[in-house]
Amino acid sequence: MHYTDVVCTFCGTLCDDIEVTVEDNRIIDIRHACRVGASKFFKASDIKHRRTKPIIRENGREIEVSLEEAVEKASEILADAYRPLLYGWSSTTCEAIKYGVFLTDLVGGIMDNTATVCHGPSVLAFQEVGYPSCTLGEVKNRADLIIYWGSNPLHAHPRHLSRYSFYPRGFFRERGMQDRELIVIDVRRTDTAKIANKFIKVEQGKDYELVSALRYVLNGGVLKKDYVAGVSREEIYELVDKMKSCSFGVLFFGMGLTQSSGKHRTIDNAISLVRDLNRFTKFNIMMMRGHYNVTGSNEVLAWETGYPYAVDFSRGYPRYNPGETSAVDVLVRGEVDAALIIASDPVSHFPKEAVKHLLRIPYISIDAFYNATSMFAKVYIPTAVAGIECEGTAYRMDGVPIRVRKIIEPPEGVLSDEEVVRMIYEKTMEKIKERIEEEAAEKVIV
Amino acid sequence: MKEIFLKFKGSKTVLEAEVINPNVFAGKKLSEIENLTVYHGNRRAKLGEFFDVEGSTSEDARELRIVVEGDLEKVKRIGENMSEGEILIKGNAGMHTGDFMSGGRIVVEGNVASFCATEMKGGEFIVKGDAGDYLGSAYRGNWIGMQGGLIVVEGNVGRESCAHMSGGKAIIRGTAGDFAGVHMRKGTIIIEGKANRAGAQMIGGTIVILTNVDPLPSFELVGEESDIEVDGERFSGTFLKYIGDKAELRAKGTLYIRK
Repeated sequence: MHYTDVVCTFCGTLCDDIEVTVEDNRIIDIRHACRVGASKFFKASDIKHRRTKPIIRENGREIEVSLEEAVEKASEILADAYRPLLYGWSSTTCEAIKYGVFLTDLVGGIMDNTATVCHGPSVLAFQEVGYPSCTLGEVKNRADLIIYWGSNPLHAHPRHLSRYSFYPRGFFRERGMQDRELIVIDVRRTDTAKIANKFIKVEQGKDYELVSALRYVLNGGVLKKDYVAGVSREEIYELVDKMKSCSFGVLFFGMGLTQSSGKHRTIDNAISLVRDLNRFTKFNIMMMRGHYNVTGSNEVLAWETGYPYAVDFSRGYPRYNPGETSAVDVLVRGEVDAALIIASDPVSHFPKEAVKHLLRIPYISIDAFYNATSMFAKVYIPTAVAGIECEGTAYRMDGVPIRVRKIIEPPEGVLSDEEVVRMIYEKTMEKIKERIEEEAAEKVIV
Repeated sequence: MKEIFLKFKGSKTVLEAEVINPNVFAGKKLSEIENLTVYHGNRRAKLGEFFDVEGSTSEDARELRIVVEGDLEKVKRIGENMSEGEILIKGNAGMHTGDFMSGGRIVVEGNVASFCATEMKGGEFIVKGDAGDYLGSAYRGNWIGMQGGLIVVEGNVGRESCAHMSGGKAIIRGTAGDFAGVHMRKGTIIIEGKANRAGAQMIGGTIVILTNVDPLPSFELVGEESDIEVDGERFSGTFLKYIGDKAELRAKGTLYIRK
């Protein structure tokens, strides 16, 4: 069976032109995908690398159980918790995230997605100064100046340059890369920097100063210093001239800028730079989102609760304050007493102190792949891989929703994230109702 | 002045106790105070479950001092919305202590966590130890932070203190983390120790730094001044006067840095 226009669910670029050949429910050939995307397709269809039975761990023993038993145990953990954390939600579909919001609301927990350790600071900056952005289609057809700041798409988003930004021929950019200019700003000469027309090396952690200097020059100031953040005055003036004189510019920024010293203030300043540039020409800014549906996770949470991540339901209504209600902070401070981790691996990626606390509390891991977080989970529930074994909606990094497709059958008895989260939601609802009735009965006796 | 003593007995997880406030306590009996609602994680509970309550109450909040004892790092929102009276915290205080306060006085003998005195409008907030991040700043997404009152911190403060400051005065005896007074538009900040990136993106107000530090490249040096007076406080010595943050259009903030 040969499928065309399959969507690759790996990175935020969500390439939708993949061709896949399937034989006996196994993927045997993939066209157009990058190496990272192709390996995900192959790994997903190779059952040897996956566990397909739910697991409960008790007293250091691992017991294979039925899905119903695992769901029962999971809802017990969540219903008893005083301050549960529901984290992950970026490598799954919007439909599963929707039930996640319902579940968090029900258990009065904290819902956070991987943006919290990724582009969370960018989101904070948008809320203060806005987000002058566009779609990737506009970049492809119009952009003549492309800047990647603190981002190395050649490794992290391998097809970004060829599908949307630098190489493709667009409506107003008929000669493709010859009609465009590529500038890379980074702390080291990355592989993307090697193919760029210009590379600017910024001193590590000094991005904020460089943005301030650019804005100062743009607003008519005269720089006194010879070097700002390791960049010479001439280079700063030259860069400002290029930015002002292009006809459609776009600034793509990645972790290098977001997690640089200053975090959301750096992004705040960079967005203000783009806003100022719009007095002279058309300029846009865009995040290089990592997980394929981290944008969707922010979108769903925002339309359900008003806030994009780190939403706290403990008082029955949504509240939001990253730093107070974000996953790493609540774990490091030891506030959380139970957790549900879905489609994510915090044990591998969170700071040591946060992981230490996570390992002390009972938590549930829901993931298509058995990862380091699943290895220590009280309950592990395997699920189908979205975009390969089940369908759903995902949002591309520019906020365009794309329907991801099902091309092979999941292993026997394995359901999608959406169905598993819905089952836990329904079971937890029953448990909480029971508890409320018990408490009411006790009060009557008293 | 009447005093009410609260002794913290500990809690399993975070406790939100905005009821610890002279305005709420005024005119209530001790038993009524014990029955006030606090939020323990996702459940409701009574203040008396977590605190021993003693002392004598007053009808008038202005005549009331609440003394809270214990390690209160897990107790949030003490003195939120208070407008009169006094709170004395003997120990460390948790997040959001003194949020939106419009009068009265809070004294913390230990350290305070992040997000304290957020959007303060009046009164005094005094910390004998260190303060966390976002002291006296705006809530996420708001453009108006502290609008009045006085904050004094004897120790160091974290990042982004007095963000979006729109009035009032803050005195920091130790060092300040990055971005003190970011997006500031009015008011005064006095920092005795070091302060990196102070006044970033400010468009008004005054910041005085009593240590020699490098300002951001977008601040314009206008000259030297000696023995300055800012908001009723006198400082001797020679100061470099900068105007900024000129990355913003029409910025008129003043930054004094001791030479």
